[in-house]
Amino acid sequence: MHIHRRKDFPILNQLVRGKSLVYLDSAATTQKPRSVIDAMDQYYLENNANIHRAVHYLSERATYDYEAVRVNVQNFINAAYSHEIIFVRGVTEGVNLIAQSYGRTYLKAGDEIVITAMEHHSNIVPWQLLCAQTGAVLRVIPVKDNGELDLDAYADLITEKTKLISIIHVSNVLGTINPVKKMIAVAHAKNVPVILDGAQAIPHLTVDVQDLNCDFYLFSGHKAYGPTGIGVVYGKTCYLEKMPPYQGGGDMIKQVSFAETTYQDLPYKFEAGTPNIAGTVGLGAALDYLRDIGMQNIIAHDQQLLSYATEALSNIPNLRIIGSAAHKIAVLSFVLGDIHAHDIGTILDSEGIAVRTGHHCAMPLAERFGLPATVRASFGLYNTCAEVDVLVEGLHQVNKVFSF
Amino acid sequence: MTDMRELYQEVIIDHGRRPRNFFACEQANHIKEGFNPLCGDKLTVYLVEHDGIVDVVSFQGCGCAISMASASLMTEVIKGKSFDEVHELFEIFHRIVTLGKLGELNDNIDFKKLGKLTVLAGVSEYPARVKCATLAWHTLMAAMKNSQEPVSTEEPGMQ
Repeated sequence: MHIHRRKDFPILNQLVRGKSLVYLDSAATTQKPRSVIDAMDQYYLENNANIHRAVHYLSERATYDYEAVRVNVQNFINAAYSHEIIFVRGVTEGVNLIAQSYGRTYLKAGDEIVITAMEHHSNIVPWQLLCAQTGAVLRVIPVKDNGELDLDAYADLITEKTKLISIIHVSNVLGTINPVKKMIAVAHAKNVPVILDGAQAIPHLTVDVQDLNCDFYLFSGHKAYGPTGIGVVYGKTCYLEKMPPYQGGGDMIKQVSFAETTYQDLPYKFEAGTPNIAGTVGLGAALDYLRDIGMQNIIAHDQQLLSYATEALSNIPNLRIIGSAAHKIAVLSFVLGDIHAHDIGTILDSEGIAVRTGHHCAMPLAERFGLPATVRASFGLYNTCAEVDVLVEGLHQVNKVFSF
Repeated sequence: MTDMRELYQEVIIDHGRRPRNFFACEQANHIKEGFNPLCGDKLTVYLVEHDGIVDVVSFQGCGCAISMASASLMTEVIKGKSFDEVHELFEIFHRIVTLGKLGELNDNIDFKKLGKLTVLAGVSEYPARVKCATLAWHTLMAAMKNSQEPVSTEEPGMQ
């Protein structure tokens, strides 16, 4: 199954260093289709006003558009209620929200938070801050050599001290799709709530939060063909209701006096200040775009790219792919002989190929595999097998430059 | 490819693969660690100084071909030089890797003083890689001062 939607992405139609751009850095951020760019333009050209405030026409229209995206997100991830959808800047802000609002209220010294060894820094550092504030302790599920989580170790890590589990749904480095539904069942058997970081999952998988039965789910718009600066925290009502506000300010209050302030109901309790309205509108357009193509088609395209690229890269002498989990998305991290990732990245760039090099914001994982830096090619729905061929040719060039 | 050959000259690949003076010098009276948190490059510079002259200089670490070659070439070029001469070399080197060979015309600086370090001039075309080329030098400068803090390329003024 091939998707032929490359033409929807104006940015891809350009030369970089005299070569056709081959964009293989979608795990860092995806490019945006014309419909997302147009939706945001239209918002500023025709509908811009502040929301939830004025009685005038534009404000009503902006409010309607903003709230319609909340319902759009609810449907996209199959949440039970639209008030369970909170708009934030992205996954990083989402993890901080849960850590500071839920964590600081309900965790105490000696309690344990469980994460995995393949977390992005955004799902490590907010918990370390919380541990420093509360005396809670971080526990880490190990990763096996093939890039899968050690589920036996996971089961052993959950004790009566475990108060929160936060797991990356799909690894941004290894491409591993973690068996989160099974892991959530294990956690719930011991009454521990589970947070999922869905930054890489949303653009690559069908996500149903009720079927997964996760307690929180987070994702960023810009990794799912939407704009930067907008993301989502989904939380079950029972948790969101007992959490205090994360930030204070306008729009999140019912009544303010100097003696006392009462807060808004969900979801507004967590949305202080004027939000990123244009970004929210863009996110809505991105989800519409994905829905229009169909996640099943996107998944089929992604899996085809993954198997084609895995085979093509495996045939390059001295190339080693890091992560061979049974279930992966089209993200391939690799090393090439003793050639440093940054040298590879620079030479590929000279061929118009954009890849990520380094530790990919997951330094503990890089350490786990003893590799301070790898090259990562990550694919989006606009990529083609022909671009994989360009990458392979580029890697042969790298070998040639280093062939003294 | 032709551009790439200008950046990755044979000398750079050679020194990147087989860095010279690559050892921990036990007699060093100046030792400094430097790292680039953006890419994970790390190295330690060892210096035996006698009356303001570099008697022995060595390094250890890991990183890309540019950073390893730059460190290796640096140790070859500064051996036997006075601290004043080393400072002057660093100034010229910094200019060539940030401005390229144009820097010579504009400022009337004699790049010949750099000797084989001029092979790194190609780095100036790749702003993201300048820090790879200067990491060893910033670390060396700090080692000469015997400052206590480790060097990071992400501190203000470090390029």
